[in-house]
Amino acid sequence: MNDPMLFLPLIPLLPFLGFLLNGLLGSRLPKALVSAIALVFPLASFALVARAAWMVHAGLALPVVEHDAPAWIVSGAMHIGFGLALDQLTLVMLLVITGVGFLIHLYSVGYMEHETGYWRYFAYLNLFLFFMTTLVLAANFLLMFVGWEGVGLASYLLIGFYIDRKSAGDAGKKAFVVNRVGDFGFLIAIFLLLGNFGTLNFSEIAAHLAAPAGLSGGTITLICLCLLLGATGKSAQIPLYIWLPDAMEGPTPVSALIHAATMVTAGVYMIARAHALFDLSPTALMVVAVIGAATAFFAATVAMVQTDIKRVLAYSTISQLGYMFLACGVGAYSAAVFHLMTHAFFKALLFLAAGSVIHGLSGEQDMRRMGGLRKEMPVTFWTMTAAVLAISGFFPFAGFFSKDAILAAAFHQGAVGKALWTVGLITALMTSFYMFRLWYLTFMGKSRTESRHAHESPWIMLTPLMILAALSVSGGWVGMDRFGAFLAPVTGTPANAGDAHVELMLSVLAVLVAAAGWFVAHSIYGRSGSQSMTESLASPRRVLENKYWVDELYVACVVRPIEWIARYVLGWIGELVLVRGSAWLMAGIAGLCGEWLRRWQSGNLRSYAAWLAAAAAVLLIFVLAGTLLGVGGFAQTISWAVR
Amino acid sequence: MILSLILLVPLAGAALVLLLPERGRIPAWIALLDSLFTFVCTLHLPAHFVSGRGGFQFEENVLWLSHPRISYHLGVDGLSLWLVVLVGLLAPVGVLASWKSIQKNTKAFYSLFLLQQTAMVGVFVSLDLMLYYGFWELSLIPIAILTAMFGRNLNESSAMKAALRFFLYTFIPSAPLLVALLWLYAHTGSFDYTALQAAIASGSLPSWQLGWVSVAFLLAFAVKVPVLGLHGWLADTFSEAPVAIAMIAAGKLGLYSLIRFHVELFPALAREAAPWMIGLAVIGILYGAMLALVQRDFWKLLAYATLSSLSFCTLGIYGFTLSGMNGALLQTVNEGLIGAALFLMLGVLFDGARSCQIADFGGAAHRAPRLAALFVIASLAMIGLPLLNGFVGEFLVLSGTFTGVSKGWATAAALGVILSAAYMLRLIQKIFLGEAETNSPRIRDLSWQETCTVAALAGIMLAMGVMPTIWISTMEPALQSVTQKILTVDQSPVSTASGTVASASTGEPR
Amino acid sequence: MNTTVPAEWYLILSAALFTLGVVGFLIKRSLISIFMSIELMLNAVNLSFVTFAHEWHAVKGQIFVFFVMMVAAAEAAVGLAIIISIFRARGTLTVDQIDLMKL
Repeated sequence: MNDPMLFLPLIPLLPFLGFLLNGLLGSRLPKALVSAIALVFPLASFALVARAAWMVHAGLALPVVEHDAPAWIVSGAMHIGFGLALDQLTLVMLLVITGVGFLIHLYSVGYMEHETGYWRYFAYLNLFLFFMTTLVLAANFLLMFVGWEGVGLASYLLIGFYIDRKSAGDAGKKAFVVNRVGDFGFLIAIFLLLGNFGTLNFSEIAAHLAAPAGLSGGTITLICLCLLLGATGKSAQIPLYIWLPDAMEGPTPVSALIHAATMVTAGVYMIARAHALFDLSPTALMVVAVIGAATAFFAATVAMVQTDIKRVLAYSTISQLGYMFLACGVGAYSAAVFHLMTHAFFKALLFLAAGSVIHGLSGEQDMRRMGGLRKEMPVTFWTMTAAVLAISGFFPFAGFFSKDAILAAAFHQGAVGKALWTVGLITALMTSFYMFRLWYLTFMGKSRTESRHAHESPWIMLTPLMILAALSVSGGWVGMDRFGAFLAPVTGTPANAGDAHVELMLSVLAVLVAAAGWFVAHSIYGRSGSQSMTESLASPRRVLENKYWVDELYVACVVRPIEWIARYVLGWIGELVLVRGSAWLMAGIAGLCGEWLRRWQSGNLRSYAAWLAAAAAVLLIFVLAGTLLGVGGFAQTISWAVR
Repeated sequence: MILSLILLVPLAGAALVLLLPERGRIPAWIALLDSLFTFVCTLHLPAHFVSGRGGFQFEENVLWLSHPRISYHLGVDGLSLWLVVLVGLLAPVGVLASWKSIQKNTKAFYSLFLLQQTAMVGVFVSLDLMLYYGFWELSLIPIAILTAMFGRNLNESSAMKAALRFFLYTFIPSAPLLVALLWLYAHTGSFDYTALQAAIASGSLPSWQLGWVSVAFLLAFAVKVPVLGLHGWLADTFSEAPVAIAMIAAGKLGLYSLIRFHVELFPALAREAAPWMIGLAVIGILYGAMLALVQRDFWKLLAYATLSSLSFCTLGIYGFTLSGMNGALLQTVNEGLIGAALFLMLGVLFDGARSCQIADFGGAAHRAPRLAALFVIASLAMIGLPLLNGFVGEFLVLSGTFTGVSKGWATAAALGVILSAAYMLRLIQKIFLGEAETNSPRIRDLSWQETCTVAALAGIMLAMGVMPTIWISTMEPALQSVTQKILTVDQSPVSTASGTVASASTGEPR
Repeated sequence: MNTTVPAEWYLILSAALFTLGVVGFLIKRSLISIFMSIELMLNAVNLSFVTFAHEWHAVKGQIFVFFVMMVAAAEAAVGLAIIISIFRARGTLTVDQIDLMKL
């Protein structure tokens, strides 16, 4: 088992086996067995990853293992294999994916207990783990694309898990199609890479880039921007973030695993993985940073007024992913991955705690009908509190360290960096505000519904909450410096121009801002405990509650025109006029010819015979004339006449 | 002898169906056993195919008529190998798909169905152009007759119209094809494929007329694919023809003939046609996909989706890159498999609800879970999900086009990938998800035979998606010689300047 | 020597008979007369066959005449049957009124 050739493929394949077992036989198996299958395979996967991590930690194995055995697509000079590679970045991702993934599987056993498609749910969840681990283990872009599309499929299936609900089906379709737009960009990037480098392997491309002779900067920028389009799709950034809020139609553990902790971070992972390309293109990096900052800010504003508890978290996820993009854009890849990791802990926790609340309230998601749950659900309350403090960036919770690292990195990037830093800081204020708003509305004050029987969730759901709470508290203690040093072989060492005093100042400022957000939330929601937001802000509120009408804009500018063109331009002009019309035209011409020729068919036998005789006579005269003129026989006469 | 056997077994089956009484399921059982046996025979080909060797294998060459000189010349190479197997596989699938839906006149149905199979195999294995032409014409007739006789819809005259439309669309271009064939014979004295190839390559034929000959060839095949603009028969045939016929009506015959008898036979002229064909293909991809997006009838949706995915094949063929050709041929096989699975399942839905309006369905996943699951898998293969076969074909075509032909066309074609997801997911959602509609009580799930059939097809899709090298490695040598021919006739290397894949594969430092 | 009739005379007779048949075919309205005209044409052709066979000492022409006569006999049988059935069906043998094929 020390041979990485053996155990690397097992990490994705074990969950796949779970998928096959549950997917094919699950409907006939008892529930206990289904959950056992669903839990054992991810746990085994996690054990393998943990083992690899221990080996790396102990310095036993080579940190980078490349395994490039079986061929997948071979055509001409192109050779793409099922190559897997394990390095520090992948290791961090795998730990998060399999670790948090397993916890969420465990939680789901309790959460999904009464659902009809129990086996189907776990089959999909295992399928997701298969594709997600493939995505991060892939040693080339195309295999990464396999995972990339595959997690999109798992996400589609899980969002649409409640198959009776039309909204769930719509949301799943929207997620898949919007992601496909991103995948289109990724695919074009792959073609560009293939065309320019002739290979898709990360290591070979990196080797090419070390001596980038004959490659124009424009090409690199184009590749990066195409990759970025893919990343914005998967990681829900502007302009393709619109699918993520709708994706909350899926079961809550799914939102925790796929739409918060793992899948949506794939874009960040991809940029970090392709950082050698991005580093060569300042333009692309700038675009990444601006998109990240803009998304972080924009999503945070929307999150402040949402009333659905899961939608608040969804916009919060978009906003936090924006932070990670911002970090990538300023070249602080390790900070991005650090935030990715801590975010996975506290955001998964937030979603799971929210799920616990929803579970306890029998499906209620509207925060306006919650309140006062602190006493009825103590464990949920305390774990949620840890997560809220972590995401708001209070010392010494996990979010503090990673967010601080990102903001500091931005701060050191010149004038533009300062502007981005300012946006990031304002976003941090809003983050703290909307998280505490959620906290107050849900747990504090009095209950705002009459008849309700809130109950604390079963232990199988609370255990993952507590583990994640511990991680949300302590996840950042490793510190940015040591984390960055660990990732340095992959992401390179970020230019650290930090002066200790400035760093400290920035940290204090960040905590102060978070405290300010708490204070504002407390002054509005803490006292009254109701949804009475100041009425003077009615019109900006309307804009925010309608999410800037972006969905409507997309429908009006993209969906409707395409349908209109398809239905009227192609359907009428193309199909009816050109295709059918040309056929009718030819049929009409044939008909007219027939109409004309028909007149010869008088039906009169003797007229036919007369034509026959006349024609025979003409031929006879023709031949005789030829003979008399000395031209020759029949054939010669014809050719003579033609000439 | 194996090729003759594959040709004769369905023919004998057809005769047997006609001779035995039409009692119970006798014709259906004969057809099933016969087609299964044929399928086993076709499996002999890949098992004994020597993939490294160029040229034709399993060759049979007997002089049939001395004047005009027509030979019974059969042979298989990497180009036709998997298509023969595909036809062999689709025949039992077609019989099973008709098991429940065809109850009357079974004798006529199954005998014509088996005759159709002989004709299709004949098209793929004939190396004498006159023999080929005979099989080509023969392959058109049963489709038309069966569409007219066993029209799926309740309205009889629409079936007749569809049959007539198919017949006219495919038969009219066959007339110029015959004239072109006779012209070639008049100038070379041979119908033999290799002889004609050599004669055309030698450049001794009058070039002006040769151009028209190649256009006649191109037109006849392009209608059968169909290429954009010539697809007028497709939607009607898909709506009306019985499932087993509709699933074999489009695609492979035309695409195979395009490669074999247009590109390989007239390399220089194919080069001239290429820009047009590429343009038509890319526009066809988007045109079909966009129309599929707004269809209300699922047969029509499938027709436009098929137009879109077949255009990928055309794009790959006329890009003349090795990757594109590999992808195109693989995609031809894919389309056959995926189309068969989708047709079979939509046929079950149609027979249950007696409707093909998408709006009449909804929530079918509850009543038909197996159907829903397999339908989703087939749809995913169609929209090119990695690890399923559709992706490999599309990726090869697009990457070949992008790196070897034109970045702009390839990017435009890749947009079809987004649209395909949109229309297939819309179809899935409307039929299987949501609340149950009025028609759904009449929908049944797949029977065990159907489940096994579609599951087997899905298994092949997965295998072709994970291990495409098995297929590509046998196809590649034949396709490489095609691209080689194209490159060697090329006098002005304009578009291959950026063709890294194409030139690298042929080993020419262009 | 002088007793033999020149071949041209036979051919002229044959041509005259053939023209008579053609003209009869064209101007007669009764189906029976048209039929007889056809027979006349056939026999005119037979006559020229025999003439040429005799002239060139080739037996093929004479064989062909037998062939034509057989076909003519068969044709007469079939043709008369058709004429009778047409008469039964339509009550007339005037060709102008037998125009079923006309659209």
